[in-house]
Amino acid sequence: MNYSVAVSVTLRAGIADPEGATIERALPALGFSGISDVRAGKSFTLRIEADDPSEAVMIARSLAERLLSNPVMEDAAVRLIEEV
Amino acid sequence: MNRIGVVVFPGSNCEYDAASAVTDLGAKAEFIWHSATSLGDVDGVILPGGFAHGDYLRPGALARFSPVMEAVRSFAAAGGAVLGICNGFQVLTEAGLLPGALQKNRGLTFLCQPTTLVVASTNSVLTRSTSLGQELRIPINHFSGSYTCTDETHQQLVDNDQVVLRYVDNPNGSRDNIAGICNEGRNVVGLMPHPERAMSTLLGSADGRALLAGFVGQTVVVA
Repeated sequence: MNYSVAVSVTLRAGIADPEGATIERALPALGFSGISDVRAGKSFTLRIEADDPSEAVMIARSLAERLLSNPVMEDAAVRLIEEV
Repeated sequence: MNRIGVVVFPGSNCEYDAASAVTDLGAKAEFIWHSATSLGDVDGVILPGGFAHGDYLRPGALARFSPVMEAVRSFAAAGGAVLGICNGFQVLTEAGLLPGALQKNRGLTFLCQPTTLVVASTNSVLTRSTSLGQELRIPINHFSGSYTCTDETHQQLVDNDQVVLRYVDNPNGSRDNIAGICNEGRNVVGLMPHPERAMSTLLGSADGRALLAGFVGQTVVVA
């Protein structure tokens, strides 16, 4: 089976996020109010061959921790999208 | 004559400056392509600045998997002198040869300017020819140079005297003004500033000579 899996990488809480902060500062100029805690990050989508959804997620999580994120400063979230 | 290997990744762009600098100090420079599985007969190795593998994903994230890095890891484990400059520092942290990580500069600007550094420890392969508290004028040239690490790692760095260079006027938001660190063995050093670009007063500063002369000299002891 093939599964489509999304990995989202963001800076860990406590690590300064100058990109997110800059985006947040731009919001009032665009007329948006009431938006806070903007965090910038990266997103990846992967097509993974696996026996079942949980194995696909496990593979993605391993990849996310070993390559897609740097655990010193980033968190990775893995989400199963669908079977493809 | 000391032989210094200069690793060249696809996207490195300071390898000639590094080679020129160590040659100027009496060593022999040898370029080592990133796909090499051996460093050959070298007394020290430099990972130069640039954009290894395009800096895709994160600076150093893909360079860490270049075949040459296993050879660098073995060389370092055997006590060999390893120096990572700028992108080379990022590669060493991603490879786990130095603790912490380099994130985007505070202020989100690419910084290309002279900085003043202060020697925080002379006990490393890079700083052994300098004196404690000595100020050095060395340029920086980076976008992701803000040193970051966990509280625990920071405490270890301080307790073990592993912070070797600090910025006087922290330009990028680095934790504890850290510009350069070494490993516990003191034979692996990484720094964001470029000593190889401070080799002549004609070009602004010759303060990089004190650092690189120490590195080139130290390799005699290690070898």
